[in-house]
Amino acid sequence: MEWEIVIGLEVHAQLVTKSKIFSGASTAFGADPNTQACAIDLGFPGILPVLNKEATTMAIKLGLGIHAEIAARSVFARKNYFYPDLPKGYQISQFELPIVGKGYLDILMEDGTTKRIGITRAHLEEDAGKSLHEDFNGKTGIDLNRAGIPLLEIVSEPDMRSAKEAIAYLKALHALVRYLDICDGNMQEGSFRCDANVSIRKKGETRYGTRTELKNINSFRFVERAINYEVERQIALIENGGKVIQETRLYDPNKNETRPMRGKEEANDYRYFPDPDLLPLVITEEQIAAVRSQLPELPQQKRQRFIDAYGLSPYDANVLVSNRATATYFETVVTTSNNQPKLSANWVMGELSAALNKANIEITDSPVTAEQLGQLILRISDNTISGKIAKSIFEALWNKEGDVDHIIEKRGLKQVTDTGAIESLVDSLIAKYPDKVAEYRAGKEKLFGFFVGQAMKESGGKINPQQLNEWLKKKLA
Amino acid sequence: MSLTTADTKKIAQLAKLNLNEEEVALYTTQLSDIFNTISQMSAVNTQGIEPIAHSIELGQRVRPDQVTEINQRDTFQRLAPDVEAGLYLVPKVIETE
Amino acid sequence: MHNKTIAQLANELSTNRISSVELTQLFLDRINRLDNTLNSFITITTEKALQEAAKADSLRAAGNTNPLLGIPLAQKDIFCTQGIKTSCGSRMLDNFIAPYDATSVIQLQQAGTVLLGKTNMDEFAMGSSNENSYYGPVKNPWDTRCVPGGSSGGSAAAVAARLTPAATATDTGGSIRQPAALCGITGLKPTYGRISRYGMIAFASSLDQAGTMTKTAEDAAILLNAMAGFDERDSTSVNTPVPDYTASLNDSLQGLRIGMPKEFFGEGLNSDIAEAIQAAMKEYENLGAKLIDIELPNTGLSIPAYYVIAPAECSSNLARYDGVRYGYRCKNPVNLEDLYKRSRSEGFGKEVKRRIMIGTYVLSAGFYDAYYLKAQKIRHLISQDFAEAFKKVDIIIGPTTPSPAFAIGEKSNDPVSMYLSDIYTIAVNLAGLPGVSIPVGFTKNLPIGMQLIGPLFSEARLLNAAHRYQKITDWHAKTPEEFN
Repeated sequence: MEWEIVIGLEVHAQLVTKSKIFSGASTAFGADPNTQACAIDLGFPGILPVLNKEATTMAIKLGLGIHAEIAARSVFARKNYFYPDLPKGYQISQFELPIVGKGYLDILMEDGTTKRIGITRAHLEEDAGKSLHEDFNGKTGIDLNRAGIPLLEIVSEPDMRSAKEAIAYLKALHALVRYLDICDGNMQEGSFRCDANVSIRKKGETRYGTRTELKNINSFRFVERAINYEVERQIALIENGGKVIQETRLYDPNKNETRPMRGKEEANDYRYFPDPDLLPLVITEEQIAAVRSQLPELPQQKRQRFIDAYGLSPYDANVLVSNRATATYFETVVTTSNNQPKLSANWVMGELSAALNKANIEITDSPVTAEQLGQLILRISDNTISGKIAKSIFEALWNKEGDVDHIIEKRGLKQVTDTGAIESLVDSLIAKYPDKVAEYRAGKEKLFGFFVGQAMKESGGKINPQQLNEWLKKKLA
Repeated sequence: MSLTTADTKKIAQLAKLNLNEEEVALYTTQLSDIFNTISQMSAVNTQGIEPIAHSIELGQRVRPDQVTEINQRDTFQRLAPDVEAGLYLVPKVIETE
Repeated sequence: MHNKTIAQLANELSTNRISSVELTQLFLDRINRLDNTLNSFITITTEKALQEAAKADSLRAAGNTNPLLGIPLAQKDIFCTQGIKTSCGSRMLDNFIAPYDATSVIQLQQAGTVLLGKTNMDEFAMGSSNENSYYGPVKNPWDTRCVPGGSSGGSAAAVAARLTPAATATDTGGSIRQPAALCGITGLKPTYGRISRYGMIAFASSLDQAGTMTKTAEDAAILLNAMAGFDERDSTSVNTPVPDYTASLNDSLQGLRIGMPKEFFGEGLNSDIAEAIQAAMKEYENLGAKLIDIELPNTGLSIPAYYVIAPAECSSNLARYDGVRYGYRCKNPVNLEDLYKRSRSEGFGKEVKRRIMIGTYVLSAGFYDAYYLKAQKIRHLISQDFAEAFKKVDIIIGPTTPSPAFAIGEKSNDPVSMYLSDIYTIAVNLAGLPGVSIPVGFTKNLPIGMQLIGPLFSEARLLNAAHRYQKITDWHAKTPEEFN
């Protein structure tokens, strides 16, 4: 049986406002428990919410970033349920009239084409607190510092057909919120959270199968694993004559499995109704225009520009734009290297990225500046140094040994391009290895590499490879 | 319209209220009476009438994004029945999101 | 002295015929002597009152001339008062010492008033008889076998019995006007959004409005001057200018168009009340007003709509009382569910539970459109009725209640008949309009109230009309014998 996988994602992005969505309490991460929970966040009697302007601006930014309609009038609603991390017994959210309507994101597929993933809506809501399950004499501790931090819930259409597409969408959305400066994207700290709705159906079937909702997936890797596990579980279930039941399942990264959540049996009667403490949120065309005029170039546009202007492959362009800082770094490298985009892309995605990963450093904190890397590439392209030498210079740059030209000078790494010098080196090698020369001339062409190696060894790698090749071919012929 | 005791129990569960059998019976009767009164509404033609949530026709006001609150944990937690290490304590929660 | 109005007391204070400390002591003595019978106070703040009075006296000596400086008054126990128990009439908040002040409490403090204490009320403001208080029922000073009305029964009874010159109150479906009527005093419910709701414990947020219980309309104007105004901490607070409500009290009523809705004079209205209202109308005609018959065709629907909207909001507003962060927690909960259920079942009284149940039901899956959405549409129809009427008239007048104070216990097992006693007041809340109830007579020694309703933000006009009536009548000056 051939199965089609259907995935929709719900992303909760914490907005990077200074204060909470309905109170003036700080949103800073990592404070002592309940020190950033004010009377509003704690749901004290008689206390009332007032909306944070910046949260609405950030929602508008996202709306524009996904080409969606911004609602002229949206309504805050209460989602009612009891839970200890939900102090008021309801979450202020948006239900029937969200601030952001239908939009889309184009994701890059493996074959270089793009696929459009629909976004149903995005709405503003407040975050809940945290339950801490370390044992306090057999009790659970509640920290409400997180309660009231603004969230934007971004709901996709069930448009994804594989875990890979889901990851591509999630990464595109992740890049977008970071470009827009509305979310720090930190999945470990929970500021960018993802729930996945997963179902399967027979190929060709038009109706959707029963879906399950996977929660608690806090890395891109886990999203892929959780979805793949769940798909296999559903297939096995159906092929063995069972039925998928609609439920919420928790992903356990340690066991790499999903399992049903307990104690949520009444959870689906949330009794939404308009929050009577808040009035409808009205957004004017002028407000939207003002936000639009402040928007930076967004990942999708940047990707296209990198392809068109720099001749990069869609894949390379996509990798480079996935992070705004990387894209900015790359463009500085291109400029300093006097327009060597392909070489710049290779270095940024290769050597630099590997070194950063190994040292676990963000590109913004890279010891090698974009200007330095650009300079290095410039010296490769103007034949001052070889690519191989460049790697050792990169290491020196990483270790803060000075700028590129200084290191070349100090270490005497300048490439030998003097024809006379190369010719005499080749001559000396022919004299040194007469047997090998004979064998080569007798047809053992593999030995060409031996001579290249010896030449590089004797010159300390500084010899210009093209010129060396030419001289070797001429003299060995 | 009239409610059944099962309805009453279901509502009490949603509202997190304990009712004994006597209360279930009493509330079932009283709520049925109340819903009989409420049901007058269904006879009214409200075609084309916009629902209103407030009597005032204003938009939501917004405040600037500024931290204006200070830490008052000690003040607030003096009112709490059970706290430890700055946390509010509740009986063990079995499983969470 | 205790029969004097705020305006008169201000005069006594400003001419140094009495100090605020003396005046405060006088009312504290009356409360201690007389409130055992009435049960109108939950908390008496003797020490704080005397401190505030002394401060007021020294401010006066320093030249402060605020008309409310040194005037004692009582706060309904629904307003949060920092450092003072704020129970909302509920066991749930019996141990709740509010860590902040309500905005209106701060405003009255800044005006120099002296807090005598916190008045009794129906639990979470749900009730029309003040029988739903954890602290026991309040008695009507005119007949202690009768209810004072509710939910602001404590405030109404305390003012009527002259235990305080004035009190604050709140009105969600009539909770100021109905007890004012039943106790023979002046009760003002301003326009929704006129007085901040911040720090006022919520019952139904889209309907709740703070107001005043006073002897006269003039006193209501003085208090409203201090309490009205924009509050950035309340999203539903309206930022419109606050006039001096005392400035227009004596304006002429010549040509004032008074609407008399036929729906307010139909079946179910006590005949003595109907007569008293007709007599009051004659007085208005003598003052130059024109009486015009009008219709408010959807009045009858206000009760069903209200008993969907208010409980729906209350079921959600009261979900925060879960025994976790403050308030009542049951003993030895065995698990979380037990903590929630027993804390809430033991902490809430039966009327509160009943309304939570109604609200939970009408919002639950499958019923929303038939109940909540329908009620919101009917709310719109009711608002439109008033808007139409105010094209033809300046104010609307009718009875405040269909009958006078009833006996304690008479309706407590019949919620529907209890709810029907708010038939004339509820529509005003649904439309967000201002209303004032003033005494206009008696039936069998029980006071009769008349309600004046105006368009949004017409408080000055309403108080003007009420004041002119009170200048030519003396119903408002009557005091129950036992408390004279």
